[in-house]
Amino acid sequence: MISIQNEDFSLGDEYAAIRRRAGDAGAIVTFTGLVREVYGDGSTAGAVQSLTLEHYPGMTEKCLKDIQQKAEQRWPLLATRIIHRVGELTSHDQIVLVATASAHRHAAFESAEFIMDYLKSEAPFWKKQKSEQGSSWIKSRDTDKAALDRWQKP
Amino acid sequence: MLSIQYFASIREALDRNSEQLELPPDVTSVQMLIDHLLIANPHFEAVFSESSRGKGSKVLVAVNQTIVARNHRLSEHDEVAFFPPMTGG
Repeated sequence: MISIQNEDFSLGDEYAAIRRRAGDAGAIVTFTGLVREVYGDGSTAGAVQSLTLEHYPGMTEKCLKDIQQKAEQRWPLLATRIIHRVGELTSHDQIVLVATASAHRHAAFESAEFIMDYLKSEAPFWKKQKSEQGSSWIKSRDTDKAALDRWQKP
Repeated sequence: MLSIQYFASIREALDRNSEQLELPPDVTSVQMLIDHLLIANPHFEAVFSESSRGKGSKVLVAVNQTIVARNHRLSEHDEVAFFPPMTGG
């Protein structure tokens, strides 16, 4: 299940929902991404006042569905949940939720990480930060690409 | 009609969200479309030219919501989008 939304989400509600859907799961992993006060791209150090997330409606849903399917082909998953927020957020806000359920923990841990790694590099979201120094688009990081390459090794 | 969309830093630098374009007969690939757009809008040069691109600021192209290479062939009703590398999550 995939949602792109402006509204915040409740980890408790989402956990309860995936637990209900997951049948005989032995493991549920949830990952929550938060807005940090400082984005470390060096260009505009300083406290982030707000973060605006833009996306490409249509392609975003398509990409997330594709990432979810890749994870389901690779691990025996009983349920998955992805929520990504868009619009204006402030520091400490929740941005993203990934939850995966499987019979065993390794599949749940690994698939949650796999989904996050792909989401960061392949789903069309862009972050713009606003601080006292002004606004700037956050640059993509080589480490995110490297995180992706790791899953492509045989 | 070809539909073209621009996102994030590319949208701001070009000062436009989207446009419709009658695909000229001699424009058959993404690279040819970029060249065509550059002729019509010389100020696009700063965004699309190799030399003015800084690290991590390259322009990605999606056709019908899938990322493609510059030699991808275009059809009349394609949805083309230009955007910088993604920074979600």
